[in-house]
Amino acid sequence: MAVREVAALDVGVDTSAVTPVRRQRRLGGLFVASVIWIALVGLGAIFAGLLPIPSPTEMDMLGKRALPSAEHWLGNDVLGRDVFSRLIYGGRISLTVGLLAPVIGVTVGGALGMLAGYFRGRFETIVTGGVDVLLAFPPLVFALAVTAYLGQSILNITLVIGILGIPAFTRVARAVTLSLSEREFVTAARALGATHSRILLRELLPNVALPLVAFFLLGVAVTIVVEGALSFLGLGVPPPAPSWGSMIGEGRESLDIAPWLAFLPAIFMFLTVLAFNVIGDTLRALTDPRPGAL
Amino acid sequence: MDTALLSVEAVSVVLPTPRGPLKAVDAVDLSLAPGRTLGVVGESGCGKTMLSRAILQLLPKRAKLDGRVMFNGRDLAALQPEALRRLRGPELAVVFQDPMTSLNPVLTIGTQLVETMQAHLGLDSAAAAKRGAELLAEVGIPAPEQRLRQYPHQLSGGMRQRVAIAIALSCEPKLLIADEPTTALDVTVQAQILDLLAREQRRRHMAMIIITHDLGVVAGRTDEVAVMYAGRVVERAPTPQLFAHMRMPYTEALLAAIPKLDAPPHTTLPAIAGRPPDPTRPLPGCSFAPRCRYADDRCQGAKPPLADPERAGALYACWHPL
Repeated sequence: MAVREVAALDVGVDTSAVTPVRRQRRLGGLFVASVIWIALVGLGAIFAGLLPIPSPTEMDMLGKRALPSAEHWLGNDVLGRDVFSRLIYGGRISLTVGLLAPVIGVTVGGALGMLAGYFRGRFETIVTGGVDVLLAFPPLVFALAVTAYLGQSILNITLVIGILGIPAFTRVARAVTLSLSEREFVTAARALGATHSRILLRELLPNVALPLVAFFLLGVAVTIVVEGALSFLGLGVPPPAPSWGSMIGEGRESLDIAPWLAFLPAIFMFLTVLAFNVIGDTLRALTDPRPGAL
Repeated sequence: MDTALLSVEAVSVVLPTPRGPLKAVDAVDLSLAPGRTLGVVGESGCGKTMLSRAILQLLPKRAKLDGRVMFNGRDLAALQPEALRRLRGPELAVVFQDPMTSLNPVLTIGTQLVETMQAHLGLDSAAAAKRGAELLAEVGIPAPEQRLRQYPHQLSGGMRQRVAIAIALSCEPKLLIADEPTTALDVTVQAQILDLLAREQRRRHMAMIIITHDLGVVAGRTDEVAVMYAGRVVERAPTPQLFAHMRMPYTEALLAAIPKLDAPPHTTLPAIAGRPPDPTRPLPGCSFAPRCRYADDRCQGAKPPLADPERAGALYACWHPL
């Protein structure tokens, strides 16, 4: 029995040495559905102006809270505006803010965290101190202050959420870099005459990138929710421009007579966030060359 | 005797610890001629690895190095970081103990091998890839072109150590330091790796330092052996001479601790009793005295110097040589 097992193992090793085939991993229906959903929302957001849908801001006072019809696929809201069109245009804001804000976090936070974890010393003290200050700052007060002084716009909201996301990315990047810097392959790279920038970019970054990308997609999901919350509180994009958060906020007033006005944007947000999380998990599992954990 | 490629002169390494300064390496002198092999032997914690890191200038940031590390007429300890960086790879290279951690887990073997050559030798990517495959073939890896595209976790431990050796050899170093190159490997693979190192060393006429805790590893494969204990070299002699007539009781005890094939079953292995002295609390006398069966009052009171009183080419630090 044991002998046969060993023989089978040998054959396996030999064939993989000659033709290193990458084992096919099944993607799964959930992943495909998530990609399709994000593609639909994304394409809709990009080409919203070209789609044959009614204007998202045009009010039809006679058609308040109208039920779905051929003209208005998902009905009208409290002010008689087309709900489907507002969902499409709302996706524009949710996706713009949701994707750009974590980009700020992952670039600034990732770079700071890696430098702090690699060089240590006084720089690390300053970075971790700054990150702690930023973490201790009440996010809502910060958002309120920025929008009050600089005005409500997509740019300002993106910046606010992006800056608030820096500490988390810094901590992830620093923690991963700290543990990796102790590994012998970093010493080996130094022993082969690699410069600091080379070690950081070629040796450490590919290792740090895996957890950072997974965390980035989580950040996208969280940001979409945060943007919704800010819009719900009236701190987001100013009306009449639609955003999923502000649509939920407006729909709240007629929850008893027309609950779909709040639930439809909520469902869109839920599906988008879920899709990003599913894609993030699957991509991490697909791109990680290491078998399971290290 | 040709001029030394490497000469370590009175090198000491002090590490700051919460319990006080720790003298990991204590006034070590060594020299190595081009194309020769030196074995550094000693038990865990005796300063072997710190000595190798001191030669390579890869000590931890807070460690303090005294003495000179002369390599090809230049003092590595006083060299500017940029000049030192240029020496690493084409002049100095190292193979580490654990091939599981000395290769980057997320880069392919090819990337790790090829990029080093591109950086140091200025090869274009096609030439470097070709050379990479040749190197893998030289270190005994079958189907090298396919292996270049694989990740470290797809290779066995012995294979990985072969890859690590290929990377270290890629820039034709003049000095290779192998820091316990076989400790993490299977016994059957150990001999293969050591033979590989010896073969490549002869072929390339490079100098090599093998660091190990196993006297058996250095026996047939080195020109000279230095035995370290508690940060000091306690015996240094040409290999045949050392094994023919060892002077230091510690060396004798190390050799006695190797299991013998012809010993009857259930023979008790003569292990060295006790532990090495606490390196943060140096002893006034010989560091080995507390564990030595020949020790007397003189050993407790005064440190024996590393000397060659018989003018036989063998140095030892002992008041009561065997």
